[in-house]
Amino acid sequence: MSTIVLPQDAQGHAAPHHDDRSFVRKYIFSTDHKIIGIQFLFMSLFFLLVGGILAMAMRWQLAWPSDPNVPLPGGGMLPETMVTNGIMLPEFYNSLVTMHGTIMVFFAIMPLLVGVWANYLIPLQIGAEDMAFPRLNMASFWTAVPAGLIMMSSFFVVGGAANAGWTGYAPLSVNEVYSGVKLGQQLWALSLITLGFSSLMGSVNYITTIVNMRAPGMTYMRMPLSTWALFITSILILLAIPVLTGALILMFFDQTLGTTFYQPQDGGQPLLWQHLFWFFGHPEVYILILPAMGFVSDILSNGARKPIFGYTAMVLAIAGIAFLGWVVWGHHMFMSGMNPMLGSTFMVTTMLIAVPSAIKTFNWLGTLYRANIRFHVPMLHALAFVSMFVIGGLSGIFLANTPVDIPLHDTYFVVAHIHYVLFGGSLFAIFGAITYWFPKMFGRMMNKPLGYVHFALTFVFFNLTFFPMHMLGSGGHMRRLYDPTQYPNLAEMQDTNVFITISALLLFGTQFIFLVNFFWSLFKGEKAPSNPWEANSLEWAAPSPPPHGNWDGVLPTVHRGPYEYASPETEADYLPQTVALRAPARTHEPIGD
Amino acid sequence: MSSHAAAAHLAEPRRMPGIGVYNMKLGMWVFLLSEVMFFASLIGAYIILRFANPEAFGLPGEVLNVPLTGVNTFILICSSVTMVKAFAAIENGDRNGLKWYLLATALLGAVFVGIQVVEYNVLAHEGFVPIASEYAAHGRDETGPLVGGPLYGATFYTMTGFHGLHVTIGVLCLLFLTVRAFMGKYTQANHGGVEIVGLYWHFVDLVWIILFTIVYLI
Repeated sequence: MSTIVLPQDAQGHAAPHHDDRSFVRKYIFSTDHKIIGIQFLFMSLFFLLVGGILAMAMRWQLAWPSDPNVPLPGGGMLPETMVTNGIMLPEFYNSLVTMHGTIMVFFAIMPLLVGVWANYLIPLQIGAEDMAFPRLNMASFWTAVPAGLIMMSSFFVVGGAANAGWTGYAPLSVNEVYSGVKLGQQLWALSLITLGFSSLMGSVNYITTIVNMRAPGMTYMRMPLSTWALFITSILILLAIPVLTGALILMFFDQTLGTTFYQPQDGGQPLLWQHLFWFFGHPEVYILILPAMGFVSDILSNGARKPIFGYTAMVLAIAGIAFLGWVVWGHHMFMSGMNPMLGSTFMVTTMLIAVPSAIKTFNWLGTLYRANIRFHVPMLHALAFVSMFVIGGLSGIFLANTPVDIPLHDTYFVVAHIHYVLFGGSLFAIFGAITYWFPKMFGRMMNKPLGYVHFALTFVFFNLTFFPMHMLGSGGHMRRLYDPTQYPNLAEMQDTNVFITISALLLFGTQFIFLVNFFWSLFKGEKAPSNPWEANSLEWAAPSPPPHGNWDGVLPTVHRGPYEYASPETEADYLPQTVALRAPARTHEPIGD
Repeated sequence: MSSHAAAAHLAEPRRMPGIGVYNMKLGMWVFLLSEVMFFASLIGAYIILRFANPEAFGLPGEVLNVPLTGVNTFILICSSVTMVKAFAAIENGDRNGLKWYLLATALLGAVFVGIQVVEYNVLAHEGFVPIASEYAAHGRDETGPLVGGPLYGATFYTMTGFHGLHVTIGVLCLLFLTVRAFMGKYTQANHGGVEIVGLYWHFVDLVWIILFTIVYLI
């Protein structure tokens, strides 16, 4: 097998692999992409927990609104400005709503999909020794941490945390006369501006690395779909985040300097915030799903022991979704009073974007068709992704239609949609990805029985929690509502709210099984071989975990794509990318592009 | 990457050809794309606000000093020319030319920032501020009515201010390059830093030309 050798000295010895870094340089201020990925993993799991706790408090209020017989657990510990006599104040409820959304979107899901996996997987899957800019990578993580601290600090300031919704609509978000919150909203803006820099640094790194540092033989069309998805997501981040940064800067000036960009007096426009935010916000939601789709493709192919169906179409579909994602933002603004013609335009483009998503779904089904499936834990999560994402996508089609959106806008129907795609989609993919790549990251397997139990209970409780929200929304139950029982038509549906809350509490509790599994396996998990899932992509050719520099001085050479399962060229049901077969019947394939 | 640092004088590992441009240069181009989007959001906001409410803004030349800023624009364009000369010099191995042209670029950039700061001071003194309660810009004719409103000031200072911030960062980078050039650190074979700062500098110049046109001329 031809090998590519890193710099050698005159005697032909590879440059000595001296790893004499201190503990701090190895694990705290590390420039190793694998360590940075793991750092992001611990950080975002923490924020996932925080976001979940906030949701539980919300659900408690919704099930037993201001009910003194059912006081908020832990409410006694909170200050009187948040909770009095076990009943939370409306302003605090609005903060919970806002911070749950903000923390989950920006500090949990986004880093769990991109910060963790773009960092960990890209160099390994393309056969590089690290990222193009390792120090920039370190800066990216250590910028995200202060951003998170700023966001968390906003709970502890006078006025409490931001309460204008994760979408931060003006003028509510820029004028404390309306929201009651001044410092919290400013910190919210500052935190997201800071996080934006972190994301931007990351995306420059990922794009440059994928374009310029692929190992010999790793053509673009031999990259795993995880890498493709992360590549295209990085381009979305590169172009969308600066728009949010600009919008937030204008918001911050309104909040602190007294400018009126988003306020109607003196010529400002609240709608301007909506346009700027959603021009970023829609590509953002594709940032939140595309990497998950990539992981699912890799895991499904592995579990099915079959090549991914329609690899080229899958790549084009990812690109299509990313491209179309720029021209649909108005569907978040159907109720803003826009010209109906403009609304129709956005409706058409939004329905168009369902096409590439559907292509991907059918290709996943094609991958599974007549497959001899191994139902390992990551596979179950990937299967859940496909089914739950379909449900979320279908509710999206309903919402895409402007006239249908009119009664459904800002109701629980939308909440159901977003949680089916973000939890049913992204989070299941994340659980699957963590379980799948855990052995590579830590050299140990996660516990299987706990994995199956966590999956089954999560799947059941997830559906019990979020499916009834479709009914609530169709029945007129609004979002961000402190006390539904004050409206007679909603009070009739209160049993559903109680049911959802109980399911949500059980769902939340179930996640501790995952946390226990994760931390127990870190120390006591069964030692993992380099390729426990019998997979093909390059990361499985490296040891578990890979050493600093990944390939021990010798970059791998790639001979084929990553989906050669059940290949007729070999007896085993998988054929890794690095394996050179002797005397191939086909003509010699060129290594170049 | 300690092994790389130690073996820097040895060959780079063979990889796929990539895009044919070294990492730092590709990284700078990619970063500049993000900067395009950033300025686009600010400029887009300005365009939307101004066309929705033209009375809140002033006509070109009513408040802002177009001739002075025109000269300033010329200065910035000249700095781009000297930047090109600096890069061309080191491409040809002319380390002396590199030193002086880099210095010239940095100085011209600093002059640009300086004139902007002076202009800001004059405008603020004339009452052209972004805050509603203190807005008192009467334009060239001091006895006339208020020209535009605080939103005019807000958009002006935000756009030109962020541009000025980018120019300042550029000048600092140029000074860093100049010092290194005078220390003899750049050669015909190794001058990537000059090229990528050059790219950034041209970008900053281009953004200014757009801003000048939109804010001062139209």
